[in-house]
Amino acid sequence: MNTKRPLPRPDEDSEVFWEGCRAEELRMQECSECHTLRFRPRPVCPECLSDQFKWTPVSGKGRVYTFGVVRSGVLPSFREEVPYVLALIDLEEGPRMTSRIVGCEPEAVEIGMSVRVLFEALDDTISLPYFCPQ
Amino acid sequence: MNGTYAIVGVGETPVGKVPEWSKTGLALLAAKRAIEDAGMNHKEIDGVLTSQMGGTFIYSLEVATLLGIQPRYTTVMELGGATSVCMAQQAMAAIDAGLCETVLCIHAQKQQTGPTRPRHTPPVDRGFDEFDRPFGHPGAIAVHAMAAQRHMYEYGTPNVAFGNIAMAMRKHASLNANAQRREPMTLDDYWASRWVVEPFRLLDCCQVSDGAGAFIVTSADRAKDLRKAPIYIAGYGQFHPHRFISDQHADATRLGAHISGPDAFRRAGITPKDIDVAELYDCFTYVVLSELEDYGFCEKGEGAEFVQDGQIEIGGRLPVNTHGGLLSQGHVEGMLHVVEGVRQLRGGEVEPKRQVPGARRALVSGHGGQMSTHGTLILSRDEP
Repeated sequence: MNTKRPLPRPDEDSEVFWEGCRAEELRMQECSECHTLRFRPRPVCPECLSDQFKWTPVSGKGRVYTFGVVRSGVLPSFREEVPYVLALIDLEEGPRMTSRIVGCEPEAVEIGMSVRVLFEALDDTISLPYFCPQ
Repeated sequence: MNGTYAIVGVGETPVGKVPEWSKTGLALLAAKRAIEDAGMNHKEIDGVLTSQMGGTFIYSLEVATLLGIQPRYTTVMELGGATSVCMAQQAMAAIDAGLCETVLCIHAQKQQTGPTRPRHTPPVDRGFDEFDRPFGHPGAIAVHAMAAQRHMYEYGTPNVAFGNIAMAMRKHASLNANAQRREPMTLDDYWASRWVVEPFRLLDCCQVSDGAGAFIVTSADRAKDLRKAPIYIAGYGQFHPHRFISDQHADATRLGAHISGPDAFRRAGITPKDIDVAELYDCFTYVVLSELEDYGFCEKGEGAEFVQDGQIEIGGRLPVNTHGGLLSQGHVEGMLHVVEGVRQLRGGEVEPKRQVPGARRALVSGHGGQMSTHGTLILSRDEP
């Protein structure tokens, strides 16, 4: 069984996002027509269907929408890391993303908690945006 | 739709560990049983739908060909756990459009045993994986655990509600000869079961199974000439709110049922009070609680009370998953929820202890992905 940690595979849509993470900057796409920020990266705005956008840095601040504590090695690649906290983070600017809460015990994590981004380098090209208590 | 449609045949294979049958073999066995149940000649079937079942090229036609059927209409459907319920609707639509007259719908899977069992962790791809799996996201369990956590936060839902659901499903499975987990379960067993993704314990999770099921849909007119009493599709609906629960518009405390349910009830001209038995998709305990609320069997936030004191058990206010569900009968992607709904309404086809006496109307749901897809059927003994 492959126990190597799975890494993102940046593509045409996502490479700017992952380059940003590597540079320790959280970047989102902003629609040039209606100015809505969006995440998962894509070339078309889900609000107005404009295909014009720019990448813009966001604050990296947000709140925990909800979370779960992974206490069992469901994925072999992450077995050594349990327990860890997976969460949905609502960024101040609007978009929501999946991430991990680090820098505190799992028992300290609460819905609504203020968090900020930090980056963990996994190799020379990929850094993951994690979040920790603000 | 212009016409009226019915389910006229159902088939089910052994569930659990079925090492002697391949995945496709199970699909054929379920199909054979459904065709025999309907009392049809298989050459009369001119529509075949299958789930993706692992992604083999044009799989629905592979299954049709192996059954000796040359269909006028066939396609593969992939809506996760909502596939079976939505196949029934696709079948109705195809017949209503004149594409075909009788549709065989099949799902099979091999998750427990044998060479056709999937052995690999899926590769990291775009979509689900790129922004989830690198964080250690194990998939459906984490999505539903996070949803449950949010529900607990908004409504004060206690963990014991999940335990009550797990126990009810096990009680029903214990009465079902074709169930994977028949041994009794107590609340102490529930509390003692290990955390997987908190707030879910192992006993909050469905089984991993080999097995298959099938059903046949045709017009009410054609149904009248067949072997068994037709079970009519009186109401139907679908709603698919998002692919990813990380979508900023996703509401983790509500399922697509809050739209598909009212659509189905409106089409059937009935209300939740008229339902005698509910076969609710139950990949995790929490989903049943949310469905009870989202279908309007109780108010939002009152699901925990609704599942207390045996109210969702046979003999209770609304028997749920009279076969034991995915949680205890086995995981056949919701196909056996449809099969069970039909059998309950026919009457006398299941073990007497798990027959809901006099059941005339059943609600069957399917739910898939990251709380992504949802489908509803309202089945009726009476012609709509």
